[in-house]
Amino acid sequence: MDATTKEPEIVATASAVTVASATPSTKSKGTGSSLPGFWGKFFSTAAERNAFLLVAALILLVFPALLSPFRLSLVGKYLTYAFVGLGLVVCWGYGGILSLGQGVFFGLGGYCMAMFLKLEASDPVSTAIQSTPGIPDFMDWNQLTALPMFWKPFKSFLFTAAAIPIVPGILALIIGAAMFKRRVGGVYFAIITQTVAAILSILIIGQQGFTGGVNGITDLKTLHGWDIRPDHAKSILYFINAGLLLVATLLCYHLSRSKLGRLLLAMRDKEDRVRFSGYSVANLKTFVFVFGAILSAIGGAMFTLQVGFMSPSFVGIVPSIEMVICAALGGREWILGAILGTLVVNFGKTFFSERFPELWLFLIGALFIGVVMVFPNGLAGLRRDALAKAWAGFRGRFGKTPLSPNDLAQSGLAGAGGTEKP
Amino acid sequence: MSKDRTYLLAVEGLSVSFDGFKAVDDLSFYIDSDELRAIIGPNGAGKTTVLDLISGRTRAKSGSVLFKGEELTKLREHEIVRRGVGRKFQTPSVYETLTVFENLEMSYPHGRSALGAWFFKRTPSVVEKVHEVAELIDLKDRLNDTADLLSHGQKQWLEIGMLLIQDPQLMMLDEPVAGMSAPEREKTAELLKKICKGRAVVVVEHDMDFVRSIAHRVTVLHQGKWLAEGSMDKIQSDPKVIEVYLGH
Repeated sequence: MDATTKEPEIVATASAVTVASATPSTKSKGTGSSLPGFWGKFFSTAAERNAFLLVAALILLVFPALLSPFRLSLVGKYLTYAFVGLGLVVCWGYGGILSLGQGVFFGLGGYCMAMFLKLEASDPVSTAIQSTPGIPDFMDWNQLTALPMFWKPFKSFLFTAAAIPIVPGILALIIGAAMFKRRVGGVYFAIITQTVAAILSILIIGQQGFTGGVNGITDLKTLHGWDIRPDHAKSILYFINAGLLLVATLLCYHLSRSKLGRLLLAMRDKEDRVRFSGYSVANLKTFVFVFGAILSAIGGAMFTLQVGFMSPSFVGIVPSIEMVICAALGGREWILGAILGTLVVNFGKTFFSERFPELWLFLIGALFIGVVMVFPNGLAGLRRDALAKAWAGFRGRFGKTPLSPNDLAQSGLAGAGGTEKP
Repeated sequence: MSKDRTYLLAVEGLSVSFDGFKAVDDLSFYIDSDELRAIIGPNGAGKTTVLDLISGRTRAKSGSVLFKGEELTKLREHEIVRRGVGRKFQTPSVYETLTVFENLEMSYPHGRSALGAWFFKRTPSVVEKVHEVAELIDLKDRLNDTADLLSHGQKQWLEIGMLLIQDPQLMMLDEPVAGMSAPEREKTAELLKKICKGRAVVVVEHDMDFVRSIAHRVTVLHQGKWLAEGSMDKIQSDPKVIEVYLGH
């Protein structure tokens, strides 16, 4: 590979830019342009790495420095949704599997965490006024006199920590295996995941005595005796969440750079060729679906810790679709776009609901429609255009610094044309 | 016939129908290693369906496909591929946005599970194998180009290369020279002659000159049924075949 001449290399990169505009993540992968060393495991270009570092700095330095504790905890909440967005980029953007039920996995992760915290908050001393002390308050209200069987293991933190990824993971495995082995895909799969979201939220609301019903599981206080409610605890949780999110982001980048990442893109466009190369398409799809579910579950657990409650309103169809919109806004194939899209949508929601309490739902709807009409590729497309424009402007101004022999030959022309650009 | 010995591929009594239409009807034929077999027949004779049945893309209604003595009709596509049966589609089916190198690497028969693919390493032996195959299909100096830059013929060769890198014992090619120029056809014929050593190659083809130049034996299908089999000369003088091809 190294022995190849420069000529085809230039052709390949140039074509990758023009042809791959619809699929940005496949360009210049595996060719000689990759980053060396540690970063090369995650990013194909220095620009992508720098974008990641910028987002990391934004989350770890800029937000904590500029925002009040209240606003920072809001950002922390948004960032838990970004886990779902990351999972969607891998599942949908790469694998072409659109799930409209990611709220299920977010919710299950969140409920696992909430069950542990609720049991810790329901010690016999603080629940002494109940007719059955020592069980969660909502159970007492619903005339339950003993802790249900499936709640008991959640007294153990180790069990809970394991259950957070495993419970949603197993559910995703069952759904994925059942659907993908039967070649259910596309719209049908989306509808089925949406149905699962509807079923689970109805189940949670209906089984009030076991789940806290429509109110969810509230009044969570401590984690191993550590109060999660004060500002300083919230800021610690913010950084834990941010750290986990950045690690998850790197994990997704690592996946996207691997053969699995290329296989997912290939599978999305040429499923039969992948199958006839000896890959089990069903297994690959199930794997990424489970991967996305586990990421969502981690986000859900972090949500419960930071916000202090969990309710069915984060499980059903509406939140699930909102999460897809966040990923779409980011540009569904751009991993960082999942984080940025989530931030933009949720900042927008908060801003509109504070300024225009009566109109905010319409405004957020208009934002979505506008984004889809103006930037069909989301922030990823916007970034590409902006970069291209900035690059053109740069070239126009400093047109005398050529890049290749080809540019050298045209530099006179490019310089003359380029000066008109600002 | 099949009881005497084990053939590389033994197709016996294979049938499938779509909505009552018998696409393949009680078909039997046998192929040995080192053989280059052409399957010909008029439009709708069921040629591609036979490949679909062997490769597991279509489920047979009855009959059996024994590959090295193992029944294939109950296996899934990827399992059949892993047993050593490669299949090329009629229209070139390569990964357009990936480079030639990556196309071949993706088909390299290691790291086929999800985690295996995630942690697949581009080892020197992978690179060596990719170069070896690229040499064979004459795409050695296009390794870093994305596949969409290749000509139609080169895409066909790339897909053949993607099969070769898996080292299958049975390769099935559906119209490999369709849409190729005359020099490209010649080159493809040379390639096929080279690669049928140590394996069997089945070619479905319309182009009689091409079939004559490559095939050791020819099987003629007509309306899903076995019509004739033998060398090209024998086939072309067979009155049944002449009737089918030239009409009444």
